[in-house]
Amino acid sequence: MSSGHHGGQEHAAPGHAVSKKVLVTVWLSLMVLTVFTVKVATIDLGSANLWVAMFVASIKASLVVLFFMHLFWDRRINMIIFLTSVFLLALFLGLALTDTGQYQDQLIPGYAPAMEQVAPTK
Amino acid sequence: MSEHSSHPAYLGHHYDTPEQQFDSGSLGMWLFLATEVLLFAGLFCAYAIYRSHHPEIFLYAHQFLDKNLGALNTGILIFSSFTMAMAVRQAQLGKNNQVMWLLFITLLCGFGFLGVKKMEYEAKWKHGLLWGKNFHPAEHGAAHGTEGLPEAGIATHESAAPTTAGTATHDAGATPAGGPAPTMPGAIPGAPPAAGDPLAVKSNIAPPAAAPSGLAPNAFSEQPHADSHAVPKQRPSNVHIFFGIYFLMTGLHGVHVIAGMSAIAWVLWRTKRGDFSPAYSTPVHLVGLYWHLVDLVWIYLFPLLYLVG
Repeated sequence: MSSGHHGGQEHAAPGHAVSKKVLVTVWLSLMVLTVFTVKVATIDLGSANLWVAMFVASIKASLVVLFFMHLFWDRRINMIIFLTSVFLLALFLGLALTDTGQYQDQLIPGYAPAMEQVAPTK
Repeated sequence: MSEHSSHPAYLGHHYDTPEQQFDSGSLGMWLFLATEVLLFAGLFCAYAIYRSHHPEIFLYAHQFLDKNLGALNTGILIFSSFTMAMAVRQAQLGKNNQVMWLLFITLLCGFGFLGVKKMEYEAKWKHGLLWGKNFHPAEHGAAHGTEGLPEAGIATHESAAPTTAGTATHDAGATPAGGPAPTMPGAIPGAPPAAGDPLAVKSNIAPPAAAPSGLAPNAFSEQPHADSHAVPKQRPSNVHIFFGIYFLMTGLHGVHVIAGMSAIAWVLWRTKRGDFSPAYSTPVHLVGLYWHLVDLVWIYLFPLLYLVG
C-alpha cells in the first residue's frame, strides 16, 4: 500500500477484507486435516507417527497463519518476524535435543529404556 | 487539537495516515506473537527432550487423555478461528451487527473450550492423575461420572474385576529405574472392599493379578512390537512427569484462552459502542491475530499430547 495522501482527502481503509469463499474453504480444509490427523494416529507407523502428525499440524498452522491471520496479503516484514520466531524455535529445540543426545555413556543403566546404552567412557 | 478532515478521531496524531497506524499496530502485534511463540517454545522443548528420553512414559500416560475430547476442543477452536476471521472481515466492511454476533459466537466457543478442559481436569483430579508429588492414581478412585473417563480400554466399572479399595500407588519422586513394578505399600492385592462399607471406594485399576500394570486386561489394543512403540504393560516410573508437562502446557494455553476471550469481550463492547467503521477496525484485526495464535498453539498441542503413538 502506498503512503496515504495529505490534505483533506478521504483515506483508503487500511487492510483488506478477505473473501468469504477463502475463509470457508480454509475452515473446511482445517476440519478435514483434523479428521485426517486423528485417523492417521490410529494406524501404527512406528516413529513416523510423530512426524506425520507434526507435518499435518504444520499444514494446518500455515493455513491459519496465511489466511486467517492475513499474512498472505500483509506486509512482508510481518511474515519475516513470524518466520524468524519459528526458526528460533527450531534452533532451540534442535540444539537442545542434539545436546542431550551426547550423554549416552553417562546414562544410569535402565533409567531411560528408549535411549541407546553406550559403555561408559573414562 | 481540533479535528480536521485529514486527521479523523481514530487516527493518532503521531501517525500521518491510517495506513501507517494500521501497519504499526500490525507490526507490534506480530512482534508480540513472536514472543508468545518463544514462550511456548520453552515448554515444547521440555516436551521434546523428555519424550525423546522416555517415550515409554508418554506411550503409557497418554491413555489417560480422552482423544475425543481433545478432537472436540480442536474443532471448537478451529471454528472459533473461522468466526473470528469472519468478524474481522465484516468489520472491514462496516457490518457491525454481524461483527458483534461473530465475536459473540467466538466467545461462546472459548467458553466451550474451557468447559471441556474443566471436565478433563476434573476427571484427572478425581483419578489422582496430577503433577509431581500429587500423582496418586486410584487413591481418589471414587465412583466417577460418565465424563472424562480414561479412554482406550481402561477398565470402566462394568468391566473391572473386583478392586482393592484405596490401592496406594505412591510415586513420590523418582524411583529406581528399570526394575520390577513399583510395590504398593499396604495394599492387599485382590481383596475387594468390604461389602456394605460406605467408605469403600471403587478404583477402576484392577489388581495386579488381573493385569500387571493394574489396568484391565483389555487395556492395550496395540500389538506389541519389538521396538519401543508398544504401550508398556507395566507402569513406568516417573509417569508424573507426563502429567506435569500436560498440565503446564494446557494450563498456560488455557490462560491465553482466557486472556484472548477478555480481549474479544472488550472489542465486542467497543463495536457495540460504535467505535469501528470501514475506515478503522484495527483493534478487531489485532485481537483476531492473538486469538488465531491461541488456536495455532492448540493445533500443535493436540497431536503431541493426545495422539501419542
